[in-house]
Amino acid sequence: MNSLRLNKGVSRKSAYDLRNPTEDVFEVHTLTVLVDNEAGVLARVIGLFSGRGYNIESLTVSEVDHKGKLSRITIMTKGKPTVIEQIKAQLERLVPVYEVHDLTTEGPSVERELALLKVKGEGNHRVEALRLADIFRARVVDSTLESFVFELTGPPEKIDKFACLMEPLGLIEIARTGVVGISRGEY
Amino acid sequence: MDQLENNKAQHPRMTGSQMVVQALKDHGVDTVFGYPGGAVLPIYDEIFQQNEIRHFLVRHEQGAVHAAEGYARSTGKPGVVLVTSGPGATNTVTGLTDALMDSIPLVVISGQVPTFMIGNDAFQEADTVGITRPCTKHNWLVRETDALGPAFHEAFHVALHGRPGPVLIDIPKDVQFAIGNYIPLDAAPKSKYNPRTKGDTDEIGFLVSLMETAERPIFYTGGGVINSGIQACRTLQELVNETGFPITSTLMGLGAYPASGSHWLGMLGMHGTYEANIAMYECDLMINVGARFDDRITGRVSDFSPGSTKAHVDIDRSSINKVIPTEIPIVGDAGIVLQQILELWRSKGKKTNSLEVDKWWRKIKHWKTRDCLSYENSDTMIKPQYAIQRLEELTQGYDRFLITDVGQHQMWAAQFMKLEDPNRWMTSGGLGTMGYGLPASIGVQVAHPDSLVINVSGDAGWLMNMQEMGTAVQYQLPIKQFIVNNKRLGMVRQWQQILHGERYSHSWSEALPDFVKLAEAFGCKGIVISNPADLDEAIMEMVAFDGPVIVDCQVTEHENCFPMIPSGEPHNKMIFEEDIQAQEDQLVGKEGSILV
Repeated sequence: MNSLRLNKGVSRKSAYDLRNPTEDVFEVHTLTVLVDNEAGVLARVIGLFSGRGYNIESLTVSEVDHKGKLSRITIMTKGKPTVIEQIKAQLERLVPVYEVHDLTTEGPSVERELALLKVKGEGNHRVEALRLADIFRARVVDSTLESFVFELTGPPEKIDKFACLMEPLGLIEIARTGVVGISRGEY
Repeated sequence: MDQLENNKAQHPRMTGSQMVVQALKDHGVDTVFGYPGGAVLPIYDEIFQQNEIRHFLVRHEQGAVHAAEGYARSTGKPGVVLVTSGPGATNTVTGLTDALMDSIPLVVISGQVPTFMIGNDAFQEADTVGITRPCTKHNWLVRETDALGPAFHEAFHVALHGRPGPVLIDIPKDVQFAIGNYIPLDAAPKSKYNPRTKGDTDEIGFLVSLMETAERPIFYTGGGVINSGIQACRTLQELVNETGFPITSTLMGLGAYPASGSHWLGMLGMHGTYEANIAMYECDLMINVGARFDDRITGRVSDFSPGSTKAHVDIDRSSINKVIPTEIPIVGDAGIVLQQILELWRSKGKKTNSLEVDKWWRKIKHWKTRDCLSYENSDTMIKPQYAIQRLEELTQGYDRFLITDVGQHQMWAAQFMKLEDPNRWMTSGGLGTMGYGLPASIGVQVAHPDSLVINVSGDAGWLMNMQEMGTAVQYQLPIKQFIVNNKRLGMVRQWQQILHGERYSHSWSEALPDFVKLAEAFGCKGIVISNPADLDEAIMEMVAFDGPVIVDCQVTEHENCFPMIPSGEPHNKMIFEEDIQAQEDQLVGKEGSILV
């Protein structure tokens, strides 16, 4: 297990130390955490965030290796660079945590979120909603004469944008998975 | 995992509670502190039927955990605690948090209601793993008897490896009764928790090159050196003595380098010595080994040692850059990294900038002349500093273990007690747990039955766990309770004097017990003194008595602990007794006053 190895970001050779540690810049980072899928592991991760006053912007979790009983937790968090480093170090310290990766700093990555949006409307609003859905490549997964449920996948900003457009067209409910992410390329 | 299933048949079959006792034996445990109750009766039944593991019955579960902490800190072995479900488990929370903050390895076993009743608000049910999740390094609810063996092996591994800490195993009663296969250590899956212990050679090379040229170097060491073991302390002593660099230590690290050593500056921090704190402020190379830049040490972070390059050796990577940015981060075990540093420095010809380091020492010696621990003594009243100083001088030559409670007496003990060896100083550092001292001294005495075990306590903290005197008397543990009695919550009162306009809100004890009568009621010896002329005789009487003793040492009531870095101030802004007397303005700024 190499998770407790000193990762990049803390040594004098890295860019991290060139930054002013007291600067008040808040950054959003997407962390993926590979954990043992044991009882209470999610509570451990969430408890760490609430206990130490870190932010959770979004969080997703699911078992990804049924044989090895491993789950991947993807957390979007917001904080100063020093706090982000501290979050990673604190996560690595948890006993059931194998790996912590910072998708935001460790090279290119893909981040996606799935959303279900319920839009209620009649007449022109209905037509317009369908047209916009087509532009955003949202799929209709349920329909009545007065409503649609759209399924949309994409980066969080795309979903924000789509939800914003649906608002005047009768958006009444939205459910979002939170972000999942993976690094691009072979690593 | 499949292989494990196949091998199961070969493993001995026994009940869950037999497995608990077997696992403890397999991990070399011979001492358990605990308190029985409904949900652990099967385990207590097994303990009754064997003689290898001694069980010490405490009077409150918090006492069991502190006793186990004392045992662990004085032996280097994990402390083991056995408690029942519900209140038994919730009473361990303070001790668990204390052990987590001070990195003390503990294995706490709690009973739980049977699996089929979990979640039903059963009698004495509590969500023990939920409650103890943030105050243990890790915990487990074991729902299957076959899983008990591996859970215990993993528990001992996790408690002792990396940064040590407390772990808890919660065992439902039906799991204790059921028969299963006990999987021994060699057949259990290998733990995947193996934190790094060897330091990065590049960083160590960089540090050694700085050590060769540094003009004002200082070693700042902590409990990590003691946790790493005797060998780490020896390596530290070699490194300090051979380089000739000054060394200071945190409260937790006292004893790793002997107080009689010529390079010793005394403890640093809020009530540390003037010379140690000023040297930290003025140094150009700070070598932190096994300490974590706690707020009691740093004072105002933005003014902490402004001109120095900082190296930080810590087994816990999250300690690095948490509070103070570090130029030379080294993740690893203190002992191993110290050995790496020593070997590399020696192989490069043992170079230091001795001309400048000599100048540095002259400065430090000048600061020492400030005689920062001096106090005005009295012929009529016992000064607390004097009491502790005499205790130190009269017991110096003994095979001695010192425990403290929390507060002024703790700081005076840290200032005046000369600790020569590691593992002989037990105090609640990170959490500051009043009530720690008495039960911890019980754990120490259990581990070292023939040694002189002294708990220097305050009157208020001592009362918090005084029920444990019953334990000491039951097992005839000759612990010495030296109560520095000022009839006040001394440290609270000191802060109220400095910070809250001398409004002493609820910081005195109106109805203290007669400690001599209390001692008699418990069935042990009590001594009371209030005249300085009687002090030496009383201390010697306490030491000589073969059994537990309570000394009520009545001292001046409004003594303050100095020197002091007021909260929110940097190291070069220490205050002394005379500052308090002269000061009309607030000594603590607005920002400092919100800090604890």
